[in-house]
Amino acid sequence: MIKVEGLTKRYARNIAVDNISFEVEKGQVVGFLGPNGAGKTTTMRVLTCFMPPTSGSASVAGFDVQQSPMEVKRRIGYLPETPPLYPDMEVGEYLDFVGRIKGIPVADIPKRINEVAEKCAIGDVQKKLIGKLSKGYRQRVGLAQAILHNPDVLILDEPTSGLDPQQIIETRDLIKGLAGDHTIILSTHILPEVEQICEKVIIIARGKVVATDSVENLTSRLRGSETVAIEVISDDGHALPASVQLRLEQVAGVSRVLYKDSKDGRLHFTVESLEGRHIRPALARAVIESGWNLNELHGMALSLEEIFLELTSSHKPEAAEAIKEVAAEHATEVQPEDESK
Amino acid sequence: MNTFTICRKELQSYFRSPIAYTVIALWALIGGFFFYFGLSFFVQRSMESAMTGQSMPMNINEWIVRPLLSNVNVVALFLIPMITMRLFAEEKRSGTIELLMTSPINDLEIVLGKWLAAVGLYSVMLFVSLLHMAILFRYGQPDWKPLAIGYLGLLLQGACLLAIGTFVSTCTSNQIVAGAIGFAISLLLFVLNWVSEFGSSVTERVIGYLSVQAHFESFSKGVIDSKDIVFYATMIVLGLFLTSRSLESVRWRA
Repeated sequence: MIKVEGLTKRYARNIAVDNISFEVEKGQVVGFLGPNGAGKTTTMRVLTCFMPPTSGSASVAGFDVQQSPMEVKRRIGYLPETPPLYPDMEVGEYLDFVGRIKGIPVADIPKRINEVAEKCAIGDVQKKLIGKLSKGYRQRVGLAQAILHNPDVLILDEPTSGLDPQQIIETRDLIKGLAGDHTIILSTHILPEVEQICEKVIIIARGKVVATDSVENLTSRLRGSETVAIEVISDDGHALPASVQLRLEQVAGVSRVLYKDSKDGRLHFTVESLEGRHIRPALARAVIESGWNLNELHGMALSLEEIFLELTSSHKPEAAEAIKEVAAEHATEVQPEDESK
Repeated sequence: MNTFTICRKELQSYFRSPIAYTVIALWALIGGFFFYFGLSFFVQRSMESAMTGQSMPMNINEWIVRPLLSNVNVVALFLIPMITMRLFAEEKRSGTIELLMTSPINDLEIVLGKWLAAVGLYSVMLFVSLLHMAILFRYGQPDWKPLAIGYLGLLLQGACLLAIGTFVSTCTSNQIVAGAIGFAISLLLFVLNWVSEFGSSVTERVIGYLSVQAHFESFSKGVIDSKDIVFYATMIVLGLFLTSRSLESVRWRA
């Protein structure tokens, strides 16, 4: 449905989007995830034909954004970060205006307005001036505007930003409700949102795609190697950090052991496994057979949040490149050399 | 069709906000002032000439309409930037430009729609000032043809300055800046013919020719000169062309 290839957008001094490529299939809900200034809005603006790319290409439903922008625009509903509303218009008038410029046959407009007003729960404010609406209502009118002409593709730029928690939940439900009929790209920097709404994630940082995958794959891929936290009681020097570490390193399947600290006579270690190895039973046995007291042992799962931080927070571009390669090859070591911490 | 939709929306917006009423009220007030003094002066002169017995025929068109047209022309010069300054600047500031530019309509349709709405509001202003002329017809017999031609001139000159103001409005997202620059350009275009009053070299004559006021003079005399119509039409096309180019550059710079 959407195909982006080698897309680059350069401004006078900086590169907003640097050679990114991705594809979105029909009916998918894709989360566009990245910190502020990562290039999410720019990519969306290219896709909606608001601005042309510096190089590379993008197409929607088989139509190139530069060659046939009119066809693309007909198939796209776009909600920019600030909903494009005219405060001096009534909601109904505004939707009528949008319907006309979106090319809906004039006779069908009232019917469409009623449909989207019901979907977005704005039926009760149709006669109100937009300038008098609350932020939540404005967002919903913005969304109604985007789906009015029943587009194949919906592009939503931070649809929940600036709303209160109740409104955020309502907006998310609304988007989930739209998911069946439309292909949706939504940008956000809120992770739970992606986990809740989207099937696929595109993580973008500093203008580059850092990872593209389904939400499950992305989490499990980075959990491919197990990380285990172990707490051993030192029993007044009976268990020395160095000797425990040495013993743990000898366990089959362990790739790395880190001694973190000791607190109140408890030693803390973090153990990483090689990919696909389950080392927890062996670790427990090793500690106990050595005569030490095992106090705690638990697997550490990376939440999407941590993955996101890991993928986006390194400040050196080379590091980002490295992470990208690592992620792409399902490699064993995921941890970038802790430079972000 | 899209042009009409945009135009209707803009007109609605003018008459929803205080802009239309402010501009029309100021126009009616200042135009009324000029009309009142023009008329008083005329009445006094004609009474004087009747008392002294020299029955010199006084022409209403010569004595009232023509000076009035030149005076309101200057008033229009001040009000036109107030009409055009918001056209694009406001859309750019509030982000609604993204809605227009991601909808399946041409840039040219947007530009034409907005400009036509501005011309529409200006026409309403002209219509209001026609009420003064109605008074003249009630109490005297002015010739309607030069009057109509004078109004045609006002309309053409206004449309031309409105096109330029629309262009200026695309260059900034700040309405005040758009208004100030629009006014400065309009004023310069208005007084350019002063240049040719001091010299008659080719350059000076060419610059003088660009003055919108110079081309208005024949209209105010009740003469339609095709050369003036061509001038105004050219300026309108130029202004709208620059507007649509500037709008396109908004896409590149965004």
